Amino acid sequence: MSHGPETPEVHGILAEFDTAQQLMDAAHKTAAAGYTKTDAFSPMPIHGLAEALGFHEHLVPKIVLGGGLMGLIGGYSLEYWTQVIAYPLNIGGRPYHSWVAFIPPAYETTILCAAISCVFGMLALNGLPQPYHPVFNNPRFSAASQDKFFLIIEAKDPKFSPEGTKAFLSGLGAKDVVSVDE
Amino acid sequence: MKSTEYPEGDFRAPVPVITPGHSYRSMTDKLASIVLTKNTPTAWFGAMAVGFTLLMCLMLAVTWLLLKGIGIWGNNIPVGWAFDIINFVWWIGIGHAGTLISAILLLFKQDWRTSINRFAEAMTLFAVACAAMFPLLHTGRPWLAIYWLFPYPNTMTLWPNFRSPLIWDVFAVSTYATVSALFWFTGLIPDLATFRDKTESPVLKKIYGLLAMGWRGSAKHWYRYETAYLLLAGLSTPLVLSVHTVVSFDFAVAVLPGWHATIFPPYFVAGAIYAGFAMVLTLAIPLRAMYGLQDFITMHHLENMAKVTLVTGLIVVYGYACEGFFGWYSANGYERFMLKNRMWHGPYAWTYWMLLLCNFIVPQILWSKKLRRNLVALFTVAMFVNVGMWLERFVIIVTSLHRDFIPSSWQMYYPTIWDFMTFFGTIGLFITLMFLFVRVLPMISVFEMRTLLPEAHPKSPTSDGGSH
Repeated sequence: MSHGPETPEVHGILAEFDTAQQLMDAAHKTAAAGYTKTDAFSPMPIHGLAEALGFHEHLVPKIVLGGGLMGLIGGYSLEYWTQVIAYPLNIGGRPYHSWVAFIPPAYETTILCAAISCVFGMLALNGLPQPYHPVFNNPRFSAASQDKFFLIIEAKDPKFSPEGTKAFLSGLGAKDVVSVDE
Repeated sequence: MKSTEYPEGDFRAPVPVITPGHSYRSMTDKLASIVLTKNTPTAWFGAMAVGFTLLMCLMLAVTWLLLKGIGIWGNNIPVGWAFDIINFVWWIGIGHAGTLISAILLLFKQDWRTSINRFAEAMTLFAVACAAMFPLLHTGRPWLAIYWLFPYPNTMTLWPNFRSPLIWDVFAVSTYATVSALFWFTGLIPDLATFRDKTESPVLKKIYGLLAMGWRGSAKHWYRYETAYLLLAGLSTPLVLSVHTVVSFDFAVAVLPGWHATIFPPYFVAGAIYAGFAMVLTLAIPLRAMYGLQDFITMHHLENMAKVTLVTGLIVVYGYACEGFFGWYSANGYERFMLKNRMWHGPYAWTYWMLLLCNFIVPQILWSKKLRRNLVALFTVAMFVNVGMWLERFVIIVTSLHRDFIPSSWQMYYPTIWDFMTFFGTIGLFITLMFLFVRVLPMISVFEMRTLLPEAHPKSPTSDGGSH
């Protein structure tokens, strides 16, 4: 990294839309034009938008399943180890391995670990918490959490060219097309 | 079916979930302005004053309890459980409606839940916090309770007994508290980002920004977020049913007449939802008036909640009938004595009839549409149910314990001033937390409200060669 004055690199070109329908149409056209390093931003979830950008990932359910199984095995093992091996107690003549009575706590640890892995898995896959992201350099971007819709084509996209991409996005009916710095 | 699929004026067309005429901006502005303003309504200070005063009562009662021990309470053998467990079950039951609204109604695609789920979830959290205090304080030495309750490798190499429903309860309630907090916080993230972008104060921008964790509304993030949210709802649904089931096991697994009944798990779950919806109504009616939220929490919402209250109330009454029938049909002398003692010649029989008045007679007015849409009537019924559900736990716990098998060990129970101060103190804690929440966080989920607008559901072009 140089310490002298430097021109910031371009992160991508950000286009602003007024409606969710415009964004959806633009996302389909962007994918059809062959852009792959793209993202869209909206104030609420829009069904089909991520898929329109060619995003197909089903990791969250797998993480939750893994977490749940871990909770089940961990919870039951804890019960077995403490009640049978570490500290066997005769409670009214019941067997040390009272598996029926072990169900409720193991059930709860299953749900606990599944829920924790669900939330933290989702956040980790999303790369959150993330203190800095270039899109926030656009002062208009604060509307992305309120009532406006944005589409970005990143500079690392193989088809990206500062002029051509800008013209392409303007042609999609975007209200405002700006380049955002890294 | 969408309302547009019916001809104009068709009675089958669903009622709009919120008052029509709103846009993304108008909803965002209205809901954010409740928090991002310097003008706090006077009524807020009034409610906070009441809550905070009661909270100070709780502080006093807990301090005295820790100094003197639980002998300052009225419970003693044979009534070893009284206000502490009554209040525990009452609070935890209240919490259940929040999870029902946020998780179960989400899975059933009930759009109207969107206006009430956020503060109902907050209610769940605060109710569980109030509930958890009681068993913890009842241990007498809460600082030691950690090794009594939680399995951790301690220097005495002791472990809790997992065959006991009381340990199941620890697992159920702590899981419930954790999962409710996660669910609540996950729902808040996008709204915290809205507040971060909307506030003009640099300090608030930092605080909301930290909490929003850099959320930027990316389509890929939303995709995972929605999956995670749905899965959390799917996990919370069996969880909420299991929590009150386990709470009922605290009683049902014991051999005491009045506790030892197989009807308990479903009857407790229905009672929890009943109590919880009454509490949601108790909170929603004043909050709606205080902040002018009539557009979002419409009469339709209140009416739906009234209907759920009526139905769950009838399930609870069915539970009372079953308890009576089982007691008689068992032909067991102790069971039959317990029933007669509870209903007729016992010293606490009046509480049973008060309970039927509050939980059975009064809520029947909700059959009338006119009264369901009358705020004063609805609020009154909700208050009756709040009291009735508390009495139900009093009847189950105290009247079953005070006269069990051997007449020589019969004893009356009278609560002391400290019992009442602790109970009303937790109501103060609840009110204080609730009103602090309403003041600093969005009490209605802003991003979910946006999805109620038809323009939030764009159509994918069919000619794109199938991206799905």
